[in-house]
Amino acid sequence: MTDDLDDLRKAMKAATPAPDASAKANNIALAQKNFADLQGSGAVARPKSNRIWTGVKAMFSTMTTRGGLVASTALIAIGFVALNPQLLEFGAQPEAVTLPASVDPEPLEMAAEDRFTGAVVLEEAAPAGTLAAPQATSKRLQRTAESYDWPETRIYPQPAPRPSIVLPDADALTPGPVIEGDTEAFPEAAATPLKITAEEPVSTFSIDVDTTSYAVVRNSLMNGQLPPREAVRVEEMVNYFPYAYPAPVGDAPFQPTVTAAETPWNPGTQLVHIGLQGAEVTERPPLNLVFLIDTSGSMQAANKLPLLKQSFRLMLSQLRPEDEVSIVTYAGSAGQVLEPTPAGERSVILAALDRLEAGGGTAGQAGLQQAYDVAKGMSAEGEVSRVILATDGDFNVGLSDPDALKDFIADKRDSGTYLSVLGFGRGNLDDATMQALAQNGNGQAAYIDTLSEAQKVLVDQLTGALFPIVDDVKVQVEFNPARIAEYRLIGYETRALRREDFNNDRVDAGEIGAGHTVTAIYEVTPVGSDAVLSDPLRYGDAVAGDPEAEIGFLKLRYKAPGEDESALIETVLPEVSELGSEAQFAVAIAGFAQLLRDESAVLDWDYADAIALANGAKGDDPFGYRAEAVSLMRLAQSLSE
Amino acid sequence: MRMTTDDRSLGLAAAGGDAAAFASLLERHYDRMFGLAFRLTGIQAEAEDLTQDICAALPSKIRAYRGEAAFSTWLYRVVVNAAHDRRRRQATHRKAAQGWGDWEVNRVAANAEAADAQDWLQTAMASLPETLRDTLALVLDDMNHAEVGAVMGISEGTVSWRVSEAKKHLRALKEKETT
Repeated sequence: MTDDLDDLRKAMKAATPAPDASAKANNIALAQKNFADLQGSGAVARPKSNRIWTGVKAMFSTMTTRGGLVASTALIAIGFVALNPQLLEFGAQPEAVTLPASVDPEPLEMAAEDRFTGAVVLEEAAPAGTLAAPQATSKRLQRTAESYDWPETRIYPQPAPRPSIVLPDADALTPGPVIEGDTEAFPEAAATPLKITAEEPVSTFSIDVDTTSYAVVRNSLMNGQLPPREAVRVEEMVNYFPYAYPAPVGDAPFQPTVTAAETPWNPGTQLVHIGLQGAEVTERPPLNLVFLIDTSGSMQAANKLPLLKQSFRLMLSQLRPEDEVSIVTYAGSAGQVLEPTPAGERSVILAALDRLEAGGGTAGQAGLQQAYDVAKGMSAEGEVSRVILATDGDFNVGLSDPDALKDFIADKRDSGTYLSVLGFGRGNLDDATMQALAQNGNGQAAYIDTLSEAQKVLVDQLTGALFPIVDDVKVQVEFNPARIAEYRLIGYETRALRREDFNNDRVDAGEIGAGHTVTAIYEVTPVGSDAVLSDPLRYGDAVAGDPEAEIGFLKLRYKAPGEDESALIETVLPEVSELGSEAQFAVAIAGFAQLLRDESAVLDWDYADAIALANGAKGDDPFGYRAEAVSLMRLAQSLSE
Repeated sequence: MRMTTDDRSLGLAAAGGDAAAFASLLERHYDRMFGLAFRLTGIQAEAEDLTQDICAALPSKIRAYRGEAAFSTWLYRVVVNAAHDRRRRQATHRKAAQGWGDWEVNRVAANAEAADAQDWLQTAMASLPETLRDTLALVLDDMNHAEVGAVMGISEGTVSWRVSEAKKHLRALKEKETT
């Protein structure tokens, strides 16, 4: 061939990278797993008639909307015909394969064969093109990164996509099982690594009251899929639940309670459970709320804008006449659709809500600026102002310059305006951006997938969500290396702080709302335990510290709202005792979350253990949150088998 | 024993459900598969994702392998089709989410610029129409025109014509660069 092609060939050879070794290993493992799943448990081919029915059954169980059921009925009718020939061919195939004698190139007739039978069937069965279900063996493939063969699944892989089921949106007002493609972005954080006390005796982090992760996990499980690992954040799962920790006495804004006990998933380690209980407020200051509502085209789905309207309607009933509400929308352009209006004028506010319609692109930054301006105009001495951003994550603000956005939010935070982020819908939920916004804006991120979740976030826990009683709460624990060999903070990966940041009042941290509880759990390995993972150093110094002293020391810093200087609380970590039932439930959830993340720390534990532990600690559970958690554990247990 | 078995026999065994045969085929062909994925996409991350897609789907695809073509030809065809499907889905996605799409287009443009600066190859490949680019990706993989034709489902003559078209494009590009 000629020179110009040779050049190109050389350049191409040089440019082609070697495949990433770990990706290669993963991909090969994935392929082999899928292969094995496809064959059933044995490696040898055998008739597969059962599989088809199992598959159809699995498909049924993952579809609950009316549209989905109608479509799947059609699928069976056509699917059976289409799968049958395959059945005949493969089912009847003898185990010994006859090989053709020669290796001559033949003309190809691959075009038709090259599509999956399943996919072709689906395309025919659902001409609207909105229904894409996994092929017949769907259930077993659910943990895999399979995404190739489903038409209309939108792929934009940030983390490796897990399979998704696309159901038609037509069945309005059933905000359950709609999962769209994969433009979801979750912050990437590996589990906090095990720390060796002698090397790093101090652990520092900011508290976190976000609950997004639990709702996302629930949504995934309810749809019959294990959630993506990176969507599971242990601390958000744990902090989703209200706990009845001992309440503060006197004027104290919150009360820390620390307990140590044996670890349920590892007999050689102990857990240090730290529970913070915020004080209830009886008198609350007037509230200025600016709803910043994403009305871009993607919000059209039933589980987005319509659910949002219903949610805010619920919330309105919780407001008092002296509170004020304003609505700013952002789509193609930002605009104020409701002037600041006293919450007493319900009909005016409701009418404005009803007028909202989805359409257009997303101009998030302009919207955010306007919302903050409105909030500033509304605020007066002694009032609390908060911007509530409701979005599905198509929040393309500052994508040109994310740092400028963070600075902008952080700047507004100093002005005293809080920010809450409510996520709606799945599919392009930009969890990472939501997290970043809420963390930088003194706020809370929650994910609303159903009206009952709206009830929890916006009605039952409204006061806590809207009225911070302490700002910038930081936790620092120093372990005694003579008592504790190793420790591990469970969760809070995205909340780690540097040791020196603890005393730096300019460094931002999380808030505690009125009546909120916050839980953090350490897993610690005592010196001399069988479970110590690291060997002592041959040349290192003997470990310092006093073996007679306590196992560690806890310090908490917090600021009263509006204050610049922090206050300090200090306490000694207690010796091992029994966990109270509240703490025990938190531990069960922490274990469950780690199981979902496939973490090595809980290798010897399984969902059944988590269920048993949680069931023994359900407590009063007036809202049924804990019962729901147990049923999610049971779902995860079935799905992971 | 297994190691000396030819790809076609392994392919047929895998089609019949032999996991060991499937595993050794994957082991043998993974790197070439990835290489082609890279040539088709031009971006390592894309190539990784594409290879993952293919690996996920291969087990059910291989059941349709009848040994009518050499296994590598068949496999290459799977890769090319997967790349097409992927592009098509991404195009639909971009159309569906406008705001995101614009941003994505800008981002891709910015990336392309950075890559251009250091990489003539990128520019050259990017300047070609899709069909020519795909053809070239296979030709550069040291396949002859007949094989490329078999993979793409077109005649050998068409492949040769496309290659000469691609060369014309590249020559024009070179001229533009030197002037």
